[in-house]
Formats: sequence, structure tokens, C-alpha cells
Amino acid sequence: MVTMSKYRNIYKVSVLCTMLLFTMLASGCSSFEIKPWVTPFERNNLADPIMSFSRDPISAAYLHHVYDAREGARGAAGGAGGGCGCN
Amino acid sequence: MVRLVELAAAVVVTNVKASGGVDKRATNILSLRMLVLVIAGVIVSIFFSYSSSAAILPEDRSDIMYHGYEGGGLEVVGPSVLVRKGFKDKVSVWANYYVDMITSASIDVVATASQYTEERKEKSIGFDYLHGKTFMGMSYTNSEESDYSAQAARIAISQDFFGDLTTLGISYARGSDTVRRNGDDVFEAETERQIYRVDISQVITKNLIININYESVTDEGFLNNPYRQVRFVDPSVNRGFSYELEVYPRTRTSSAQAIRAMYFLPYRAALKLEYRNYSDTWGINAFNGEIAYTHPIDETGLTVELKYRYYEQTGADFYSDLFPRSNAQNFLARDKELAAFQTQTIGAGITYEFGLDWLPGFERGQASLFVDYIDFQYDDFRDVTQTGFALGTEPLYGFDATVLRLFFSFYY
Repeated sequence: MVTMSKYRNIYKVSVLCTMLLFTMLASGCSSFEIKPWVTPFERNNLADPIMSFSRDPISAAYLHHVYDAREGARGAAGGAGGGCGCN
Repeated sequence: MVRLVELAAAVVVTNVKASGGVDKRATNILSLRMLVLVIAGVIVSIFFSYSSSAAILPEDRSDIMYHGYEGGGLEVVGPSVLVRKGFKDKVSVWANYYVDMITSASIDVVATASQYTEERKEKSIGFDYLHGKTFMGMSYTNSEESDYSAQAARIAISQDFFGDLTTLGISYARGSDTVRRNGDDVFEAETERQIYRVDISQVITKNLIININYESVTDEGFLNNPYRQVRFVDPSVNRGFSYELEVYPRTRTSSAQAIRAMYFLPYRAALKLEYRNYSDTWGINAFNGEIAYTHPIDETGLTVELKYRYYEQTGADFYSDLFPRSNAQNFLARDKELAAFQTQTIGAGITYEFGLDWLPGFERGQASLFVDYIDFQYDDFRDVTQTGFALGTEPLYGFDATVLRLFFSFYY
């Protein structure tokens, strides 16, 4: 019962925090002026297809499925992740 | 913005500290889930605050793949087809059809039953929408096999900001599974699943990008494999042990976090590094590290890829290779995926890119072949098919698997 009470408190504080952030942002707290240190015309290398974390979705999804099925760990795989629950 | 994220993190840290030692694992996972909620608020706020053009939808492409897995007496082969088409740079829809054809005579099967064959069909559809710098995606997946049905829906949203150097995304998925047992018309059980995920991609330099993600999964319901059994010491039989059905807890909550880095080398090649860490309420702790190298060979259309991956996990709290007696404890498992083990993977792949201008409506195509070789070594799962050993001293089990991916991609 003590644990459940703490969980409820965590939920309350976190939801309040989210609402606070939302209010601050929606009301024009716009201190987002950070100058990009890598400008768009310097991003040729980053835009190269070989720099993609998941170049071929069909192939990456299959390999993640193999790992999910054969290993105890799950989640935080590269690419979009999924969750068909079919391993 | 940085201050706001720090504030969110501070709230989580405070919550974790306040929770004390009572079920710390579950509390940490819950608190991290709250961080997802906070970040969701930030993204939604940014979305409504401002937007301008930048992000792009995934490329229009179709892929057809043959996949094969063979190792430890298990063979799984089948096709997978993925089709994606965008409309007016705003909307992209996709569909995937995937089949597993399974022939299993794995050690779990041969020890307690006989070889079986099975087929699993998975169908997915998805819809992506781009509004300024905000990307939204939805998908639905259905998977069917003779003794297992699964459905899942997923929603994701991501936003570029800080001059497009940072991409922050969150997603939520919910799944519902029905578990059956072949040969038993009465047995049917349900499992519910929820998945929370946060992704942050950050451009560090003009040659380096990193990606950090966190994912929490909660399951509730029937989580056993309905066929697998545990063995226990039984002096009343000649071999000294007998089998009984596994009993798993009805809930499981896991937390995984990963960091990946991709570095562009001076001569047009890419180096990828990955570290992932995992823990769950069943007592499994795991990590894996990976290094991959991608090298296009100029003017040949060829790209080669090499990789090495190491994975290690501890066993579940209620796992044992040999229980001292029948129903020795509340929860019982001898599923080798819940044992302590390590895997090492060596992979190689080659992709050939070719023009498709001659085909109306198409731009280019790719043919790719990837082969991975995985070595599994178990620390506390013994090979009971070996005879001539005293009970509990059988050799530890290990096996090798080969994973094949052959696929063709068409861009249009």
C-alpha cells in the first residue's frame, strides 16, 4: 500500500510538471534561440545514405525480430521499434 | 529548452530518490515512463508553438526479402514484402506482409516432444503525416499462427528543432495477444502489452550524429510458453529427473536504453557504435555492444558492410536448469531465453545499386545480401540429450545460428 501511494504521488508530480511545461511553452516562453553549430550546407556527409542508423527497414526489422525471439532483452532497438508481440 | 529538460530530469531523479528501497526496479521504470510523459508535453507544446518546413518523409520504395534462420535444430524461412508510397510530400502510407515458416527440432522440443512445423503470418499497415517539422506516424499489426494471435497499434510523433540539429520523438504502442495450445481445444489465455519509447537524435559535428533511446515495455497476462517445461529431481524414475509445466509471473516490466553513434570517415565510409543496456522485473539484466563498418566502393555501385556484436544477459530470478523437487517454488522456468548466456555475432553484407531509368515510374534499385553468424553459449542451461553424465553435470549447451537476408529494393 505504501508503494502504491508513492506511485500515485509520482504520477501527480509528473502530470503537474507536464502541465507546467505546456503552459510555459504555449504562453510564449520562447528562449529557443540556439545557433546551429552545423549549418545546413555542412550536412552533406550526414545526409549520405550510409550514415542512416537503419538504412533498410525491412532488413533491420527482421534482425531485431531474431534478437527479440532468441534473447531475453527487448526494446530500444535501432530504427522505429515495433511491438507486434509476436516473438 | 535545456533548462526545461533539466527540470524534467530533476523531477524524475527526485521521485526515484523518494521511492526508497521498496521495489526500486519498478519505481525507476515508472519514473522513466513519467519522463516520457513530460517529453510528450514538450513536443506537443513545440508543435503548437511554431512550425516551419524541414523534415522529410521516408523515401518511396518497395522491398521484397527472403529471410532464413537456421541453428540449434530450428529453421525459420519466409518472405517479407514492404511497399511505401508518399503523396504530396505530406502523407506516406506503407504496408508489410511477412511470413515465418518454422520447422523446429530445437533442444527444448526434442527433450520433451517431437519435431513440429508451423507458419506465422504478419500483416502491418502504417500511415505517416508530416506537418512542418513535426512527423506523426500510426501503424497497426496483426500476427496469426495456429496457437498464437497478436494485434498491436502504435502511434509516434517526432519534432526537429535547434536548427534541425536535434530530433526528439516519442511513441506509444499497445498490443493484445491470445495464446492457445495446439491439441488442447479448451486452453486459451490473454496477454496485454504497452510500449513507451523516447528517441533523441543529435547532430554533434558535420561528421558525427548520435541517437539515444529509451523503451519501457509492460506485459500483463499469460506470459509462459504453454509447451515448455522445467525439469526437477525425481528419484522415482531411472533417469533421476522428470518434467512439469513452467509457471511464469503474470506481469513483466522492462526498461532498455541505448546509445548509438554514426561517424563519417574521411574517405566516404561510416563507422557505427552501439551500446544497449536492459533490465526487467524478472531479474534479467543484459547489455550488448556493436561495431559496424559500411564502405561504398566508388563507381562500382557496391557497398560492403561488416559488423561484430556481443550480447550478454543474466538469468531470470525464477530460472533453474534443475529444480530440487516438483513445484519447488511459486514461479518456475527453464526456458533457455531466460537463462544466463552470451552471444557473439559476426555479420557481413553487400549491396549492389543499379539504375532503373528504363522502367517507367522507377528511379533505381538495389540487390542486397546479408549473412550473420551467431554463437550462443549458455552458462546454466545443460544439454539433457547427452547421456552418461551424473544428474546436473551434463555439458552446458551451446549452438551456432546462421541468419540470411536476401532482398531487392526498388525506388520510385
